[in-house]
Amino acid sequence: MKKFSVKTIVATGIGAALFFVLGRFVAIPSGIPNTNISIQYGVLAFIAAVFGPIAGVLAGLIGHFFIDFSFGWGVWWSWVIASAFFGFMMGFVASKMKIDEGQFGKKDILIFNAAQIVCHLVAWVVIAPVLDILIYQEPANKVFLQGLVGAGINIVATAVIGTLLCVAYAAAIPKKGSLKEEE
Amino acid sequence: MNNLFNYIDRPSPIHRLTGATKCVCLLLWSFAAMFTYDTRFLFILSVASFVLLKVSRIKWKDVSFMMVFTAAFLLMNNILVYLFSPHHGTEIYGTCTYLFGLTGKYAPTAEQLFYHLNYFLKYTATIPFILLFVCTTNPSEFAASLNKIGVKYSVAYSVALALRYIPDVQREYHDISQAQQARGIEMSKKATPLKRLKSAASILVPLILSSMDKIETVSNAMELRGFGKNKKRTWYMGRNFKPADIAAMAVCILLVAISYALNILNKSRFYNPFI
Repeated sequence: MKKFSVKTIVATGIGAALFFVLGRFVAIPSGIPNTNISIQYGVLAFIAAVFGPIAGVLAGLIGHFFIDFSFGWGVWWSWVIASAFFGFMMGFVASKMKIDEGQFGKKDILIFNAAQIVCHLVAWVVIAPVLDILIYQEPANKVFLQGLVGAGINIVATAVIGTLLCVAYAAAIPKKGSLKEEE
Repeated sequence: MNNLFNYIDRPSPIHRLTGATKCVCLLLWSFAAMFTYDTRFLFILSVASFVLLKVSRIKWKDVSFMMVFTAAFLLMNNILVYLFSPHHGTEIYGTCTYLFGLTGKYAPTAEQLFYHLNYFLKYTATIPFILLFVCTTNPSEFAASLNKIGVKYSVAYSVALALRYIPDVQREYHDISQAQQARGIEMSKKATPLKRLKSAASILVPLILSSMDKIETVSNAMELRGFGKNKKRTWYMGRNFKPADIAAMAVCILLVAISYALNILNKSRFYNPFI
């Protein structure tokens, strides 16, 4: 299930499509360039948690690439890579969880959210700004502020959307042993 | 779908290149523009990319929206850079020449303005080229071409699937959003951001659940047809390389080489006219 199967390929494709549509048409601008209230990270975290790190990294990469691509402002590799990193790490952390078997309890919610906060901080406050400085030679304090604002917004969005999606999806799956033989 | 990605079908030498060539050229071109801040080189790249845009017979009205959008974005970024570090230029070039007899933190310096010129050129060197790629590459051919330049075909297939399902997801999102709004969920600017986030969630849950069903169906269908059994696959939209393709890639490799050479010649990533 978690290896690179046909299902992972399809989940990557459809996950990237979801990421793209939500990021492209539903984003709520926050007033700072390249920084939106992006609900797509909640979905990315969910896809990564269910289908594993490979689906996470590719869905983030492809989805974000197409968003930049379709806006026509040029592909910001630094931010695309940060998205891919977030997808990968979330898939990695959640690989022990069994959301697809209908299990997503209080402990899982805690781990999921702790992980997403750390991953977002690393992705947007470390990876994206550092790459911005290396690739584009932008002033450090500008990109770090952008990153910090981005991380904060994404953490809130993922906490609300990601958690909700995991809970809803786990609840919609019949539990193991939920059927009993009639006596 | 093609409208979404602004693909414009119009016969031109650029359109005749394969998607793989254009993808490689785009990468090389952006690397060339990325590595150096040499003003002269960036200026040549900018002119060249506008010329190429002309060659590909893309009209101003096709790209005017994106150009204006990018210009606004660029302006905002420039203002932010200036506000955050008005002395970024002086740090880079190592000299400080105040203009108009003003001094102080936000006083304009020749170095800062020169840095902004470079920043601006960096965009004009790459943006037209990206527009060129977006407007002349058929998205389906792009997915096929990824496989050709060495990306595993399963990954290339994911890209193709994403392109295939973007319109579907979009339509479904729209349907669900209309249905939820009919039931009284506020999605407009009147609601606070947190409230909008919550209403977005009430659209997302049905959307995700139906997408999960779709993943199940599609992967079963693909598995039944034996997807992934062979090492290679052919692509309906794939095309073979022609001499023009190889020439285009050679030119772009040369550009990257020049960019590297300039970094070594200038002894930094910046061309410094101040010393």
